[in-house]
Amino acid sequence: MANKSFQEIIDFLKNYDGEEVRIMEVCGTHTAAISENGIPSMLSPKISLISGPGCPVCVTVTAVIDKLVELSLRPDTIVLTFGDLIRVKGTEKSLADAKAEGANVRMVYSPTETVTLAKEDPDHTYVFAAIGFETTTPVYAMVLKEAIEQDIHNLKLLTSLKTMPEVIRWVVNNGGGIDGFIAPGHVAAITGSDVFKELSDELGIPFVVSGFEGKQLLMTIYALVLMKGKKGIKNLYKDVVLPKGNIKAKEIVDKYFCPSDASWRGMGKIKGSGMCLKPEYSSFDAGSVGLDEDHMPPGCSCAKVLVGKVKPYECPLFGKSCTPDNAHGACMVSTEGSCYNYFVSGRR
Amino acid sequence: MKVTMAHGSGGESTSKLIESVFAKHFHNEILDRLEDSAVVGGSSKIAVTTDSFVVTPIIFPGGDIGRLSVCGTVNDLLMSSSTPKYLTCGCILEEGLDLEVLDKVIKSMAETANEAGVKIITGDTKVIENKGGEPGLIINTSGVGFIRDDAEIPGPFNLKDGDKIIISGNLGDHHATILGARMGISNNICSDAAPLVEMVTKLLDNGIKVHAMRDVTRGGLGTVLNEFASSSKCQINLYEEALPVSDAVKDFCGILGLDIMYMGNEGKMVLSVAAEDADRAFSIIRSSKYGENATIIGNVVKTDKNDDIKGVILNTKIGGKRTIGLMYGEGLPRIC
Repeated sequence: MANKSFQEIIDFLKNYDGEEVRIMEVCGTHTAAISENGIPSMLSPKISLISGPGCPVCVTVTAVIDKLVELSLRPDTIVLTFGDLIRVKGTEKSLADAKAEGANVRMVYSPTETVTLAKEDPDHTYVFAAIGFETTTPVYAMVLKEAIEQDIHNLKLLTSLKTMPEVIRWVVNNGGGIDGFIAPGHVAAITGSDVFKELSDELGIPFVVSGFEGKQLLMTIYALVLMKGKKGIKNLYKDVVLPKGNIKAKEIVDKYFCPSDASWRGMGKIKGSGMCLKPEYSSFDAGSVGLDEDHMPPGCSCAKVLVGKVKPYECPLFGKSCTPDNAHGACMVSTEGSCYNYFVSGRR
Repeated sequence: MKVTMAHGSGGESTSKLIESVFAKHFHNEILDRLEDSAVVGGSSKIAVTTDSFVVTPIIFPGGDIGRLSVCGTVNDLLMSSSTPKYLTCGCILEEGLDLEVLDKVIKSMAETANEAGVKIITGDTKVIENKGGEPGLIINTSGVGFIRDDAEIPGPFNLKDGDKIIISGNLGDHHATILGARMGISNNICSDAAPLVEMVTKLLDNGIKVHAMRDVTRGGLGTVLNEFASSSKCQINLYEEALPVSDAVKDFCGILGLDIMYMGNEGKMVLSVAAEDADRAFSIIRSSKYGENATIIGNVVKTDKNDDIKGVILNTKIGGKRTIGLMYGEGLPRIC
């Protein structure tokens, strides 16, 4: 790859006429970056990019949203949430709907804010919606550490934490037909690239760790096209991702959380694909155990979209009754969701 | 001193508040009569607009709600090629608002009106109960502008094949300032709230054929250009490389996962100008106050074949293309 100029790589990807290559990006931020850079328009029709189950909001089952809605409607409880989770519908309502009815829902921007809020208002219970992948889990661990150190017990976590390796196995074993993975850059920064090397060896599929710049994503796609049919790993995000990852972050996560089974929207329960609070910290749990139910809206193809069996625009609801302003499935809500990205950027 | 319910009673406290704050700063021969309505002269066609302003925090880096309330209305008048002349000011104050803050805001309104060459000729004040939280204020301004005799009024339906798209400066400054202030992120970003009188006046004085002109506010450039493209049934091609954005705002958007195409300003406008006038228009804006970062960012394609029309297309830095669609939701920061 080193001998090719960037222009030669661009020409190669545009004119590629070999065997079809199906590449999955498993990270929502990659999905967004691919759309923002207009990368699909630069690829030969023989190269398809498929958005995988890496948007944390999109893979959260309705039972978790329902639980948050229920908690937010209690007069003594305030639900704190990051970003676009607020607009994802549960069985009946989203947190935004509940808020409009007077529920206590607040959006937070910085995790340390949650500790301050709880400390200043001991008469209320603050429940932090702890949703995310390996990238965000250390943040929740830090919040917990802070709360314990300051002896704050009215701050609790409702966890729905996911980990990447098991869901990647699940996608491969459930007919995704994937020839290569763009390994999630932020997740790999925490877990290390070795995790993806092991996966590659086991599954016989290549992985390339990528950052989020357009140029690097194109180089990643180029590498994966060349590696089709072979196992192997390349790390193009070396400034950020080390083979063993971020040891300190992993340590703090291991202190408070342990591996668990997790329920994924549209995919069901996947063994060992999540994290939950260790039993000794269960007093900080707002009721995360057993939140497995998942009500997909009628006609919604999110489940197939998330594993690459269906492209967002192949869903019968896409762009018709399902738009970002009236989303049926979570994939159309989040700015990292595959349906949202295909819809707003005209991606095909 | 704080605003109390008595300040809204219509009695002596109200008169005192008006005298000591509003009349003191706004002072001009029309307002000073303090009649039920202001009577002004005029013989041309007029442009009329109204806008209400609610913002937290009230005072932010680069401006305050007072400056905003003048710029917003003045710029709306300018976009119809009118010369802004008069404003009204309706203020709804929350009980408990600091009078010093109010004074600062009203002084800032007066200064901005002065800069924009408009007079605030009538006003109204009410006080409402504070429902919790930091006491704030809401300002409504209506404005009247005189249409120039020679002006062909630009409109979003008026884009022509070959037009050039010009933006008058850096994108997203105001939006990033307000979000940053609310989130407690310290940075050097300042709001761009500004009246665009000088650049618009010079463009029209020089006979530039402006086909469409809009100030870029809530919804950002993406929203304005989508309206242009759909009203005129044309395609707008933008070049990412040309979009002017400060490094600080670029980083801010990067961290929070926000799209610069939908970030609002309060002192920027976008124009569609006849190709032969584009270079001249560009130079005029660049040499005007608040126009130092103006850039030609794209062009218009209009054909008879509707199939060729694809709305707003951004040509990305690395050579890709993506559609800039309408904005959805509130542009919430992403989760990770």
